[in-house]
Amino acid sequence: MANLNINIGKLQLKNPVMTASGTFGYGPEFSDFLDLSRIGGIFVKGTTLRERQGNPYPRMAETASGMLNAVGLQNKGTEYFINHIYPNVKDINTNILVNLSGSTIEDYVEAAEMLNELEKVPGIELNISCPNVKEGGMAFGTSCLSASQVVSAVRRVYKKELMVKLSPNVTDISEIALAVEAEGADSVSLINTLLGMAIDSEKRKPILSTVTGGLSGPAVKPIALRMVWQVAKAVKIPVVGLGGIMNAADAIEFMLAGASAIQIGTANFIDPTVSVKVVDGINDYLDRHGYKSVTEIIGALEV
Amino acid sequence: MLDLIVKKNEALNNQYSLLILTSSEKLPAMLPGQFAEVRVDNSPTTFLRRPISINYVDYEANELWLLVQIVGDGTRKLSELKVDDICNLVFPLGNSFTLPENKDAKILLVGGGVGIAPLLFWGSYLKERGYSCNFVLGGRSKDNLLQLCEFERFGNVFTTTEDGSHGERGFVTQHSHLKGSNFDYIYTCGPTPMMKAVAAYALQTKANCEVSLENTMACGIGACLCCVTDTTEGHLCVCTEGPVFNITKLKWQI
Repeated sequence: MANLNINIGKLQLKNPVMTASGTFGYGPEFSDFLDLSRIGGIFVKGTTLRERQGNPYPRMAETASGMLNAVGLQNKGTEYFINHIYPNVKDINTNILVNLSGSTIEDYVEAAEMLNELEKVPGIELNISCPNVKEGGMAFGTSCLSASQVVSAVRRVYKKELMVKLSPNVTDISEIALAVEAEGADSVSLINTLLGMAIDSEKRKPILSTVTGGLSGPAVKPIALRMVWQVAKAVKIPVVGLGGIMNAADAIEFMLAGASAIQIGTANFIDPTVSVKVVDGINDYLDRHGYKSVTEIIGALEV
Repeated sequence: MLDLIVKKNEALNNQYSLLILTSSEKLPAMLPGQFAEVRVDNSPTTFLRRPISINYVDYEANELWLLVQIVGDGTRKLSELKVDDICNLVFPLGNSFTLPENKDAKILLVGGGVGIAPLLFWGSYLKERGYSCNFVLGGRSKDNLLQLCEFERFGNVFTTTEDGSHGERGFVTQHSHLKGSNFDYIYTCGPTPMMKAVAAYALQTKANCEVSLENTMACGIGACLCCVTDTTEGHLCVCTEGPVFNITKLKWQI
C-alpha cells in the first residue's frame, strides 16, 4: 500500500483523484454508488453569483468517444449554494471545492468573498474557460490580459486555495498558465472542454440549441495530456490534469506528464463508481512498480 | 449498478427486440415509469449508456423486460445480446406514474411506437391494485404495434395505424374510443407530437394527465443537467424529476 497523500498548493488530498465540476452534481447524487470519503475531492457543479437557467434543450450530443455539452452553467446561485447545498455537503469526509464562474469581474469577486467564509470549502476552482455562456466564462480565459485581471481581483479577496481552470481553446495554453501564476493562483487545472459542434444532416440543423458546445471524453485525452505536459514544464505551481480520463492508466499518464492530481469527468456518466476504481488502480500501479509514494510519479515521464 | 444476465432476447420484428434480463440475486423493487441506463459493450461509436424504460417486471420469475428499438449501433448491439451475456444496468432511475386516488377512476393509457414500453408495466401494476384501464396504442403501421397480447392481459386494447394496417386508420387521438368518453386519468408515452395531442385532449376533457418524456440523456442521475425540460419551476432534469411529468407542470404550447 503506497502513500497516496498529495498536497496541491494549500490543499491536502488523501489521494490525487477528484471529480470534475459538472459531472458529479454536488456529490450526494453519487452516494448510492460509492463511498464519497474515498476520493480526494469533489468539484461541485459550476456556480455563479446569481441563479442561471442555463441553455435551452437540447444540451447534449454524443460523439465518437465522447460527448458535446451545452448546459450553460445552470445553477441556483452562490447564496442558494451557501444556504441550501453547503449544509448537506460540508460534512462529507473529502475536499468540497466550488467551481466558480461569472459574467463580470465584479461577479467573480462578490461570489469569491462569500465562498471565502465557508469553513468546509478549502478552495475554489476559478472557471475562466466555460465555452457555453455568451458572456464571461471562456472570454476571460482566452487572453492573458483578461485572465490576469480576473485572477488578480479574486486573489485579493480569496485567501484559500485558488485553482484556475484553463481553456484549451487558445493558441498557447502555457502563456495563460504563466499569466495566472503571476497573479497569485495557487494551482491550475486543465483542460476544460474543447469547443465543437454536431449536425443532424437529415434535418440540416445543429443538434445543440446553442449550435456549438464543449467536447469531453476520451476523444480529447491526447490533447489534454499534451497541454498538461506543456503547462507543467512552464509553471512552478501544481497542475491538476483532466480530460477524458476513463481509468487508472489514463490518470497515471496525466501524472507522468506532470499533473500532481487529476479530475475524472465524463467517465462518471458511464460508470458512477469509476473514481474509486481509479484510486485503487493507482495504488496497484505504485505497488507494482515499487513506488512508496504517489509523489514519485509526478512528472516522471522519461523523454 | 448491477451486472444482469440475459435470459432471453427476442426479435419482435426487424426494428424492435424484447430483452429479458435476470439476476442470480433478487431484482430490486421497481416502479412503472422508471428506467434503466444500459451500458453498451463492443460498440466503438456508442459512448454513453442508453436510457431505456422498464417495460415489465416479473418478480416471481425474477425478470426485467426492456423493449429495445433499434435506432443506431448501440441499440443494435443490445438487440444482438445472447442468452447468458452480461448486461450492465444502473437502475431503477427516475420517478413513476401517480396512482389515481379512486379505484373507480376511468383510466386511459395512450402509447405510440416504442413509447408503449412503460405502459405495459403501468397497466399490470394498476390491474394488480384493483384498478381497470384501457389502452389506445398507435403506430405508423402494424409492424410498430408491439406486445398487443401482453397488453390485453391488463385491459381492453384499441389500436390505430397511420396506414390503416391494424385497428382504426389515423392517430391515437382520432380513435373512436376517445370520442364522447370522459376519462379521469390519462397517461401517455410516445413521440412528442403525439403526447402533445394527447395532452391537448386531456385539457379539453379536463382529465388529469401525465406524460413520460424521453429527452436525450448522459448520466441519468441528475449530475450533468443535459436532459432538462422547461417547466413552471424552471429547467428540471427529466432523469430525476421525471421522466413522468403532469402536463400542468410543463411549458408546452398546446
